[in-house]
Amino acid sequence: MEATSATLTDAFELQPKVGAWRRTGLLIRDNPLAFFGVLVVLVLAIAAIFAPLIAPYPPDELATGPRNADPTWGHLFGTEDLGRDMFSRVVFGARISLIVGFSAVIFGTVIGTVMGISSGYAGGIVDTMVQRTVDLAIAFPALLLLLILRQVLGPSVQTLIIAIGIAIIFPITRIVRGAVLSERNNQYVEAARALGASTPRILFVHIAPNIAALSIVIATTLLGTAILAEAALAFLGLGIPEGQEFLGSPAVTWGKDVSRARNSFPVHIWWAFFPGLAITLTVLGFNLLGDGLRDIFDPRLRGRL
Amino acid sequence: MRDYVIRRLLQGGVLLVVLSVAVFILLRIAPGADPAIIKCGLGCTEERLEAIREDLGLNNPYFPISIESSAPVVSFNGTNQYWTWIQELFSGSLGLDWNQEPVGDELKARLPATVELLIITIIVTVLLGVPFGIISAVYRNSPTDYGVRLGAILGLAIPNFWLATLVILIPIQMWGYAPPLIKTISFFDNPWDNLRQFVPPALVLGAVSAAGVMRLTRSSMLEVMRQDFIRTARSKGLKERIVIGRHALKNSVIPVVTVLGLQIAGLLGGAVIVETVFNIQGVGFYFLGALVRKDYQVVQTLTVYIGAIVIMLNLMVDILYAWLDPRIRYS
Repeated sequence: MEATSATLTDAFELQPKVGAWRRTGLLIRDNPLAFFGVLVVLVLAIAAIFAPLIAPYPPDELATGPRNADPTWGHLFGTEDLGRDMFSRVVFGARISLIVGFSAVIFGTVIGTVMGISSGYAGGIVDTMVQRTVDLAIAFPALLLLLILRQVLGPSVQTLIIAIGIAIIFPITRIVRGAVLSERNNQYVEAARALGASTPRILFVHIAPNIAALSIVIATTLLGTAILAEAALAFLGLGIPEGQEFLGSPAVTWGKDVSRARNSFPVHIWWAFFPGLAITLTVLGFNLLGDGLRDIFDPRLRGRL
Repeated sequence: MRDYVIRRLLQGGVLLVVLSVAVFILLRIAPGADPAIIKCGLGCTEERLEAIREDLGLNNPYFPISIESSAPVVSFNGTNQYWTWIQELFSGSLGLDWNQEPVGDELKARLPATVELLIITIIVTVLLGVPFGIISAVYRNSPTDYGVRLGAILGLAIPNFWLATLVILIPIQMWGYAPPLIKTISFFDNPWDNLRQFVPPALVLGAVSAAGVMRLTRSSMLEVMRQDFIRTARSKGLKERIVIGRHALKNSVIPVVTVLGLQIAGLLGGAVIVETVFNIQGVGFYFLGALVRKDYQVVQTLTVYIGAIVIMLNLMVDILYAWLDPRIRYS
């Protein structure tokens, strides 16, 4: 007996020690795309936080140069029809995009995970009620919900977060419930129950950690979806109205700029191009990050999705 | 199987009733202007507003049974908005919108455009998504595979309204070419102009949904290719083409069918945006307009109809599932 434990300790000792830097290097080598995702997200976060320092002009300063200008060194992304600097507008646009995306996803994931865990574990009447609510909510037009919220709360960043967050709750509830149903019958849960663990303890100490990875992966992928939703709403004119203040500067959204560029005359492609490119790269970054996280948490799925 | 279908249909029916009540109440309790105020417009007088309310039937009680705190506590209402609407749902005209035009006529005029858009989109989705998914799985980890997967990752990230905007703006700036954008042209009047109008938006919508289908086809194909029966087929000496075409493909389309079914529901949302950008007078465009001006009749009618379509699609997907994979049994 003693001999066995000694060998085991040796075996652990014998594992090569890998330093933090080297481990990071290996992680990057194995997931180059995920690393690209991390880079994109970092650049965006820096742009959003330090927007006033990075942007050469305030986002709403008129006539910073000629109107409808193509990209030049003075105006990296050109200017729009009122001569506002597009680079500054794209940098400031990162703020609303990221804040709406993150807040909506956190809001939706937390509520959805709690609902999914209770629904899956409790079963019976609770499960039926939650599932029928989800059925109803998925059939309900999300745009109508948003418009009603806009009338109740007024058009603002908070309204968008709540509306997109609510839309995210239900798919998460479904997925988490499915995961709980399959976890619930595992032997470790049976063992915990045999040892006399209470239901909350089983749910939050034993089952939740096994589901957390799944929730994080879904949440990361949904970040892209939430950012696309915010941009699409802004494009349709259902986002944050022009002229509203956000974090001490005028609210600028990428979706709204694409929409204004679409109606511009004469046609000015660069104006539509850069805000849309920013949306695409942002969503791409979060999707790649989500794929990478999934590979790390669930290596069985690597390269297959 | 038959019992299963009947049970699902009953559940769907109950869901639709709850949905109709929910959308009916939410539209009316939401603060802000009701359709009468919006219709009355600027310089509206009390009398005119009252007349419009009367015309639109907005003064009638909401439900057949109303409960109040004062006597009589429970009263039955012969004419009430909910029951009138439910009856209209099953009539040809579908009731009147805020302009006093029959909703049914408006839908009849707009449905062909949306249906054509969705059909071309689904064709594009399948033609792009499935073959590329198969190629990507068969030549796994080759440059082709990486290229296809990169395309799919990009496709999932590109906002459809941006792609649509570029698809319109770039040809205008480069070649002075624009698709006909002024009014929607019927295929039977002018097939060429009709296709010039519908193919670009369908390509935009299809490219985005093909990305999802492609990723799923690939992963499902890889899953199937590892199964024992594929090894058996290969060791029997079957040609690779037959192994893939007859054995692997058939088994890997099952999840793809599910996702396609669910994507049609999602495409309805995309149709709202693409119809707006390409100025196609379809149902999505109509729905958006009705939502913004809170046209009760149009919003509640379309909500229930779209809900019914989504429920039927889900059921059809499940039935198709059992048909494609005899191992699946519903009880």
